[in-house]
Amino acid sequence: MLQLLVNVIVLGAIYALIASGYVLIYRVSRVLNLAHGELMMLGAYLLLQTATSLAFGATGAVAFAALMSLLVGALVYVFLMRWMTGQAVLAAVLTTISFGIFLRGLSVLTWGSQHHYPGKLLSVPNVSFPIGASAFISGVSLAILAVTIVSYAALFGLLRFGRWGVRMRACGQNPLLAAQSGINLHTIYALAWAISTFTGALAGILVSLETGVSGSLALIGLKAFPAALVGGLDSLVGAMLGSLIVAAAEVAAIQYVSPLLADVIPFVILIVMLAFRPWGFFGTREELDRV
Amino acid sequence: MIGLFALLLGFPLIASQFQLDLANQVFLAVIGSLALMLLTGYAGQISLGHGGLLAAGAYTVAILSKDFGASFWVTIPASALSGALLGVIFGFPSLRLRGVYLAVSTLALHFIVIYLGTEYETHGSYDSGVIITPPVLLGYSLESPRAWYFMMLLFAVLAWLVAANLLRSKTGRAWRAIRANETVAEALGIGVSRYKLLAFVVTSSMTAVAGALFGYYRGFVSGEAFSIFIAIQYAAMIIIGGMGSLIGAVLGAVFVTAFPYFIEYLLFMLPGADQAANALFAVNYAAFGVVMIVFLIFEPGGFVGLWRRIANRWVTSAPNVVAVART
Repeated sequence: MLQLLVNVIVLGAIYALIASGYVLIYRVSRVLNLAHGELMMLGAYLLLQTATSLAFGATGAVAFAALMSLLVGALVYVFLMRWMTGQAVLAAVLTTISFGIFLRGLSVLTWGSQHHYPGKLLSVPNVSFPIGASAFISGVSLAILAVTIVSYAALFGLLRFGRWGVRMRACGQNPLLAAQSGINLHTIYALAWAISTFTGALAGILVSLETGVSGSLALIGLKAFPAALVGGLDSLVGAMLGSLIVAAAEVAAIQYVSPLLADVIPFVILIVMLAFRPWGFFGTREELDRV
Repeated sequence: MIGLFALLLGFPLIASQFQLDLANQVFLAVIGSLALMLLTGYAGQISLGHGGLLAAGAYTVAILSKDFGASFWVTIPASALSGALLGVIFGFPSLRLRGVYLAVSTLALHFIVIYLGTEYETHGSYDSGVIITPPVLLGYSLESPRAWYFMMLLFAVLAWLVAANLLRSKTGRAWRAIRANETVAEALGIGVSRYKLLAFVVTSSMTAVAGALFGYYRGFVSGEAFSIFIAIQYAAMIIIGGMGSLIGAVLGAVFVTAFPYFIEYLLFMLPGADQAANALFAVNYAAFGVVMIVFLIFEPGGFVGLWRRIANRWVTSAPNVVAVART
């Protein structure tokens, strides 16, 4: 039972770390980034590439891959999503989906379709710590928990107190007024994409240390999307709560019903939420009319 | 028009097996993309659940023909019916949701439908998929691509007729009004909810029939055949073809269906192509993503929009394709 609770918290932390990326981009630019799962996968592949071609050691490689992802996020905005500013909702969403498909193809072409284990390459120790009498948590899972907590604290701090964070919120609330008061929208949007890709890639990197990386990693990213929506697409607090709900439902379904349910249960929750409270637990209600 | 029909009917006489197979795939895609065009291009409702609807049709065939021994005459109407039912379910969120939220709800339903299908496979102990025997029509077993060609052509033409006639009717006008402005449509006395649901029902049952034909044609139904990529491909068809045009739906279907073969052809012209053969699907994915992005950024009007621009600039007397398609 305790083990299940630990599993829920770890899975919830993974989802929360990914979901923060969906929330950040949506909150700042009203774009739903359905390539987030692929960008997260790309982060893991960047780690793999760093591990094979540069001698950085484990910590260095993780840091380098994460920083590269920061750059990737900004480039995605500058070269791709900038064109979609002010376009129809469907066009923007389809652009991110198309980009995700492109990334999938590209990653198979570059790194092949087999499963890679960057954790083994970097000789990350596979330790697990006992919690109480019967439960264990792995070292990587602890790292995920820590990174998620730090990321959320940093994001809250940035959005509430940081000069750039306030600008981001302003852009999300009213792009026209924000631009009128001298905020460069493109810079802000690029920053949001960079940070979002960074946190997503961190999640991908950490997950890949334990379970390895292949094309299926992107699916975890897609499953974090219901978590973001259940909490409210424009709320970070909501993303945390939504992630825990989705993780709890998933772990319970695997344990008590059928492991096959694992990939579908987040979407069932999504549908239920959309039917009763489409704006999520903490989302802003008027959002719905604006999209 | 008559020339086109002569060409379509005479094509099997000269075409190879491969070309016939490609043509059949195009016809299937045409049915699906015409259906999606009605929903998105005319009624303005976004859907990313097309793969799930195709799967629903295919599974209807699988279940009815395997477990009940039903014939073609039963399974096809039944798949239309199950599609219509799913249409109500898929359309229900549309009464409340718009834009991204609607797209996401249909995406979620896609995953649920596929899950139910694979669940049926595991419970029926069809481990990797359900094998479907070719249908027998008037004592003639439909097996070869040539025999299927006429069947697919018939259904594609029927789909076109249904779509074109619906658009000419009160229903089509109501859909266009809803797409233009929901509030105004409501104020004009159009039952917005009713017509939205109707759009989902029509689209879904057409798509499910296409899925049923696909199941028969492949002779094999498996959840893995209906990935989310399928839904994206259909969305690509209507965008690349040109939103709000039936001709666009057909052009998009032809383009997207032929695209992988075109890529394959290009790839094998390059030196050292033998190695690339393993990575063919990856090249396909990457190229497809790029083409989609190029269209979305540079020509959101698709082929029809492109043609209109060229026509406006060079041949002022050229018929307006969009106007023709909309009549």
